[in-house]
Formats: sequence, structure tokens, C-alpha cells
Amino acid sequence: MAELVVVGQGMVGHRLVEALRARDTAGRWRITALAEEPRPAYDRVALSSYFDGATEDDLRLEPVPDGDGLFDLRLDEPVHDIDRVARTVTTASGATHAYDAVVLATGSRPFVPPVEGADAPGCFVYRTIDDLDAIRAAAEGARTGVVVGGGLLGLEAANALTSLRLDTHVVEFAARLMPAQVDEGGGALLGQLVTELGVTVHCDVSGRSVESGSDGRVRRLVLSDGEAIDTDLVVFSAGVRPRDELARNAGLPVGERGGVVVDAACRTADPSIFAVGECACLEGSVYGLVAPGYAMAEVVADRLLGGSAAFPGADTATKLKLLGVDVASFGDAHARTDGALEVVLNDPVARTYAKVVVSDDARTLLGGVLVGDATRYATLRPLVGRPLPADPAVLIAPAPGDAVGVGVGSLPDDAQICTCNVVTKGAILTAITDEGCTDVPAIKACTRAGTSCGSCVPSLGQLLATAGVEQSKALCEHFDQSRAELFEIVAVTGVRTFSDLVARHGRGRGCDICKPAVASILASQGNGHVLAGEQATLQDTNDHFLANLQRNGTYSVVPRIPGGEISPRKLMVIGQVAEDFGLYTKITGGQRIDMFGARVEQLPEIWRRLVDAGFESGHAYGKAMRTVKSCVGSTWCRYGVQDSVTLAIELELRYRGLRAPHKIKAGVSGCARECAEAQAKDVGVIATEQGWSLYVGGNGGFRPRHAELFVNDVDRDTLVRLIDRYLLFYVRTADRMQRTASWIEAMDGGLDHLRAVIVDDSLGICAELDAAMARHVSSYADEWRAVLDDQDKLARFVSFVNAPDTPDPSITFSVERDQRVPAPVSVDLGMPNANRR
Amino acid sequence: MTVTTERRRVDQRRGDWARVWPLARLQPERGVAALLRDGTQVAVFRTYDGDLYAVANVDPACGAAVLSRGIVGDRAGVPTIASPMHKHVYALPTGECLTDPRFAVARYDVRVRDGAVEVRQGGSP
Repeated sequence: MAELVVVGQGMVGHRLVEALRARDTAGRWRITALAEEPRPAYDRVALSSYFDGATEDDLRLEPVPDGDGLFDLRLDEPVHDIDRVARTVTTASGATHAYDAVVLATGSRPFVPPVEGADAPGCFVYRTIDDLDAIRAAAEGARTGVVVGGGLLGLEAANALTSLRLDTHVVEFAARLMPAQVDEGGGALLGQLVTELGVTVHCDVSGRSVESGSDGRVRRLVLSDGEAIDTDLVVFSAGVRPRDELARNAGLPVGERGGVVVDAACRTADPSIFAVGECACLEGSVYGLVAPGYAMAEVVADRLLGGSAAFPGADTATKLKLLGVDVASFGDAHARTDGALEVVLNDPVARTYAKVVVSDDARTLLGGVLVGDATRYATLRPLVGRPLPADPAVLIAPAPGDAVGVGVGSLPDDAQICTCNVVTKGAILTAITDEGCTDVPAIKACTRAGTSCGSCVPSLGQLLATAGVEQSKALCEHFDQSRAELFEIVAVTGVRTFSDLVARHGRGRGCDICKPAVASILASQGNGHVLAGEQATLQDTNDHFLANLQRNGTYSVVPRIPGGEISPRKLMVIGQVAEDFGLYTKITGGQRIDMFGARVEQLPEIWRRLVDAGFESGHAYGKAMRTVKSCVGSTWCRYGVQDSVTLAIELELRYRGLRAPHKIKAGVSGCARECAEAQAKDVGVIATEQGWSLYVGGNGGFRPRHAELFVNDVDRDTLVRLIDRYLLFYVRTADRMQRTASWIEAMDGGLDHLRAVIVDDSLGICAELDAAMARHVSSYADEWRAVLDDQDKLARFVSFVNAPDTPDPSITFSVERDQRVPAPVSVDLGMPNANRR
Repeated sequence: MTVTTERRRVDQRRGDWARVWPLARLQPERGVAALLRDGTQVAVFRTYDGDLYAVANVDPACGAAVLSRGIVGDRAGVPTIASPMHKHVYALPTGECLTDPRFAVARYDVRVRDGAVEVRQGGSP
């Protein structure tokens, strides 16, 4: 048996072990893997998700089984040198391993640019879980963070700092962000979108020096143009350099800019030493991406077993969601091919930038750049180097629900769907038809497609659909039905309780997924107060306490202020209530006033004061109609052409209390200047000289979307009727937690279909929808008042049932800007405490 | 279901029991919070089948005393409580977190005496 030593257990080193173990069925190699880090291989590409709640376990790569004695993984065991004459490898602990072959998979180290003082406490790099732990610890109590480097890694780090709630700055030497992947036009939009997310971008400038305070810690970063950023920490994320020193010391040739020189077989000048991944220099290039590294690992596994595989060339395509902004770049993104043509669609309104690069005869796709919306990446990237299926402009045209033959189904079988793991469409179809994979997790397990960056996962679902596999719509382990199916069951059968529904159509006793979903279905079919009888047990805490749970276990209270119009007297009532109960007040994004910090037992008394003054619940807590925002319209504004305030108030009162799969927001603008930002709402209404225009399917939130024009210049009654139908059709047919935008997107036929259903009544359901809305409007009752009128319901509002007058002693406050805010809570359980500030 | 055994075992020990709430007022599948004499907070639940469970009220993932306000349900037949804060799910019979192994909550012995639900102070190991 031969001895293989693998130096490094990053993603690529791990992949090599995995590939060799899978193929070496005869047991020709015994593998010793020597890892520098104290933990087994983890997904460095997804490293930033560690700040979004992912744990070390979540990031860990599937371990390679070592039960047969052919694989020995040694953690915390960096290699010191390789003796090519004695054919041994020596580690830091002094252990010596004889080898027949060595694979170097030592990866790279972060490049720290020459900035004076860059070694001060408070300066970090962004590479390992240990780095992230250190950054997280430093972010505690810090306000500001600077990332030096505006490339892919730098934006990753910026994303991390914003998720740690730091005011984040990015300093980029080039004239735009992500200069390697994105062209000038895409970079301009990217910079704009990133800026809007609250990150301050400094381009065309570099770090000059780090200044420290009297405690020695970072206080300020001085830039090359003389400006300075006051900051608590600095993260250097300005690229990587190959870790090739083992090879250098062993006398192996390295590339001009570093990296062990290897041939297409990934072999170094010494035939028994290979190098893969970011420490290797292949045909003059060092690849800082995982996909080429994986390809090299596969080549070496093949060569070790006597094969003749060669590096197929690198796919440097990238698709990322950075700071919530879609960015993709693939193929010849910078149009460096001779005679290449660029077709660009730069839409400053939709805030998307799309470019395809095609050959001089406009027949072959060479590459492209997408910013703001990268949904076309999945179908465009596999087409690189292939004949174009349509006019280049059509490929990036914004038409929704297009019928152009560029869906994943129209790709040839040898097109790569998953570039990270080199999986072709043919391989996936084989998994579906021959291996019996019936859902995305099964395809992932069978082919590895979709297991790295995940950008091809939507394509996997589409391929299942293409192959005629029906995918599970099960709500959760208790119901096999989708939300829409359950809605129909409830509507048709007259089932009125969760217990009845789960007994007849599901199993078990439900969970936090299906119970609130069923509660919403029951509520939207007119089932009485949300706290009546068994319904109370289905509600999420917000619906159950008719207020919004905040981080310290207190609640916030939002009275309805229809259309944002409020009298001075009511304003004073809110002020007085907040003052009396010591509540923190804040104007919300939806033209209302939120009062924070109420303990459970205080809620009824707060509501009583508000209800007595004429307020009612604003439903800020439910998945329900929230607000209808308005500008001042023709009443006051010298530009307004219609009375947006009156319409907004009418709409808000009409739809108040309407429960839905997700929250619904609306806006009414009195003229095309759009001060109410109605196009960012689920329902957007904009006044025209002739009447009103209706926009649908917009939202803010995690993935902001612009609404699309639905009808133009209609009168008030037509407008209201269409909104009635649109909302109820949504309530009836959307999935749980699906917003209107993705509901329309997923609809067969998209916006046109929606128009056919609710304008032309193509399904013959409009009379029913109209009647249902009439029932909703007439049956509205204020939920706060209903609690105040009911002793049984009031009894729920105590901190402790056996000590109703004792407030929760664990709730404490501190003061910030003259208002009470939650005192920091110490959680000592190894929990990510990033958001403790 | 292990509750019957627990109850018998506990009855044999002499515990310091705190009265929480009349059983008749404990709505199935909706928790209540109770304060023990030593100042600890427990969340008490009655499942659909009538079994009683008590666990610590403080969500270990965030430090807020909110578990009693979560949604009761089951996972593969094991009765559970989902924290209302970040939806971590805890098995009521054991207190272990089914969604994140780093977390667990203390569980408490619970019984019915003279129509009242009582929780044993001090918790269970």
C-alpha cells in the first residue's frame, strides 16, 4: 500500500481526500491529512453566514469516513517541511510521515497591504472561523468598522460588519467595487446599491496608516487622500497570496507572483508532489475560487490512481448576494476577446444592470455581468461558448414570464448546471430518471450539484419540473398540503378548528409552521377574534399578545394612523401614554408611531387609554394589512393632481384586519413625483390626470422589489374593486410567508395571468372574491377593544399567573438619547452574541 | 410518554412544590409563566392529551423570559415548544433543543394537587 500525505484540509484538500477515497476501491492509498486549523474542513465560501446565525456545525463539510484505517485526519498539525530526498514530511509537533506522494493544498493567506500600524489591536483579516470569532468579539461595544478592500472578499467582510450592526465603510483602491468581476457600468450600480444599504464606499483611495488611541487599539484609519475614518476596527480583505513557502523551501519552482508551479496534471517539478487549489500556479494563473480548486482535486485523485485527467480550464463565474445585492459575472466579463461585442441593458429605474458579451458575429455567448438582479445567471452561464438561442438583447430583456427558449430546460445535456462541483444537466437528469431523485435534497445528495454556492438550486427545481417530477408542497411534517390547498379545504369543508383540520387532513399536533398558517386561513375566512377558544393556541406571540415581541421580552404597540393623518389631540394622547408608561417612541417607516418596551401586563391598560382616545389596533403584529402610506396630495401640495390622503385612509380602513400569507403594505401618491414611494409596496397607487394607476407586487425588506404597472387611469371604484380581488386572490392562493412579488413571479403566466383573473374574470371567481371582501369589510372589529371587553382574554396578560402583579424581573432598561432602551442581556451559552448592542 | 413515570418518582421524594394555576384554567397547548419562590421563572404547558410539562421560561438563545409564549406542537410525536423569539424548538419531556444542540432548558417536575398545577422548585438535572 502506498502512503499519501495531504498538506492542508481546507475545502480543496478535503475534496481531494473525498474524491480519492470514493474512487480508490482497491485500497491502493493510505491517506494522512495534516490540518493546520484545530477543526475539520468547513465551507469557507459560506463563512459569512456564521454571522447570520449559522454555527460551526452548519459550515462543516461532510466528514470523510475513516473507519477502515485508510484515512487519518490530524488536526492542529501544521507541516514544517518536506524532505524530498528522504521522502518525509515533518510537522510542528515533530512527527515525521514517510510518503510516496504528497499533495499540497495549503491554500492562501490574506494579503495585508502595506499600511502603517496595520498590526495594532483591532486590525483583522477575514479568512478563518477564528478570524470571525475575533472580529465578533471586537465588534462588541464597537460602533464603526472599516474594510480595506472592495473586491469580492471585501464586500463579504463588509456584509459581516453590517450584520454585526457596525457603521461600515469600504475602502477600495480601484475606481469601482469588485473590479475583477464587474465592469464599469455594473460597478457604478453596485456602488450605488451598496451605499443605499448604509455602507459608506470610498473608491480610488487606499489606506495609508492606522492610528491607535492611548490604549493601543485602533482609533482611526487615515486614507491616501488625507481623509480619515474614525473606527473601532479595521478588517483587511484585499485579496490573498498563495501559501507556497513549503514548496519554496523544498526547492520547487514557484510562479512570478507566487504559487507552486504545476502542469495540467497538477504535478510540481517533483513528480511525487502535487499542488491543488489556491497554492498552485497553473499555466501562469493562481485561482482564488473554489471551483477550479475542486477541478484540480479531481484531476489529482485520477492521476494517483493511474488515470490521465488534465485540468479542464477554470470556470471563474461568480454569483453572489453581497449585502443583499445580486452580483454575477461569468465568462469573458470584460470583453477581452478580439472583436467581442457588448450588449448592455442599464435600467436605472429598475436598478438593474445586465451585460452580455458576444462574439463578433453576435452568434456565440462569451460572458456577462449582472448587477441588481442575477436571476438570469442560471440560464446564461451554461450557454457560454455556445450558439445564442435568441437575440442578445432578448437574453437580458426585463420581460417577466418570457417565453424565450433560454430556460434551463432548453440547454444541451453537457451544459454545466453546477460549476462548483462540475455537474452537467445530463448528470442531473440521470439522477432524476435513473436514480429516482424526486426532490432537490435528493439531487444534492446524489450529484453534489447545489451543495457549494447554491446559485444553481433554482435550476435543480426547474429540471425536476422539466422531468415531470411533482415536488412536495407539504407545509411541514404535519400537513402534506400546501397553504393554498388547506385554504380550499377550509373553505369547502367548513372545518373551523385546527384540531379538526389536523385530525382529518394531517397528523400529529402541529408546530410553529402550520399552526400560524392555519390561524391565518381561519382568520381570513371570518372565524371570530384571534384569541377566541382554540384559535388562541395557534397564534404566534405577536398575534397572541396583539403587539410586537421585542428582543428583551417586552412588546411594542402601534395604533392605526390611517394614511398617516393624525390630529394634534391624538398625537398628544400617544405622547402622554408613552410618557406615563416609560415607552420608547419612534416614527416607523410606514407613517405610524411605535411605542416600545411595554411589559405583558401593561398592554391592556395602554390599549384602554388609546382606545378611549379613538385609536384602534394597527395590526403591526399580524401577517395582515399594515399601512397605507400617503403623500399630502392635492389637498396641500402644489403638484398633487388627486386627493391621495382621502384615498389612502379609505383603503387602510377597508383592508384593516385582513390577514394574509405575509404582511401587506400599500401606498398612494398624489402625482407622478411619487412621494409615498407607492412602487415599493404590495399595492401601489399613483394619481394621474385621468384617475389612478395601480401597481402590484412591490416590497421593501430583505429583497426589495419594484411594483409593476397593472392598470392605468382607472376611476376610484374600479381601482378599489381590483385591489379587493388582487388581495383576496393573494390571500387564497399564496404559499405561507410568500410575499406578493414572489407570488406573482411563481404564477404560471405571471402578471398577464393575474390580470386575466381579476380584470377579465377568466376563472369566474370575481363575484366570489367581491362578496368575500364585502364580508371582510362589514365584519371588522377592533381586536384590542375586544380583549378589553373580555375578562377571560384579559387574564392572559400577566407576567406570571401565580404572581399577576409582579413584573418580569429579568426586564431591565438603560437610557440612550433620553429614552429607555433594553439593557444588554448577557447570554453565556456560546451563542453568537453579535447583535447584543 | 415519560410523564407518568416522572410523576411517580417525584411523589416519592419530598419536594418543595409551588402552586402555579388551577388546572382548569390551563388552556391545552398554550403556556403560562410562573414565578417560583427562589425567583426562577418556569413555563408550564398542558398538551392536547392532558399531559403536563414545565421547563425554564428563559430562552437560552436570547436571555429573554419568553418560552411560555411560544407555540406548542410536536416533532415526530415528541411534544415541543417553539420559542417565540427565534423559533428554536425544545422537546418538552427532556428540555433539549431539537434545532440547535448547543441549547437546552432545565425541566421541572409538575403535578396536579387539589385541582391545582404545582411545580417542584429547584428543577431537574
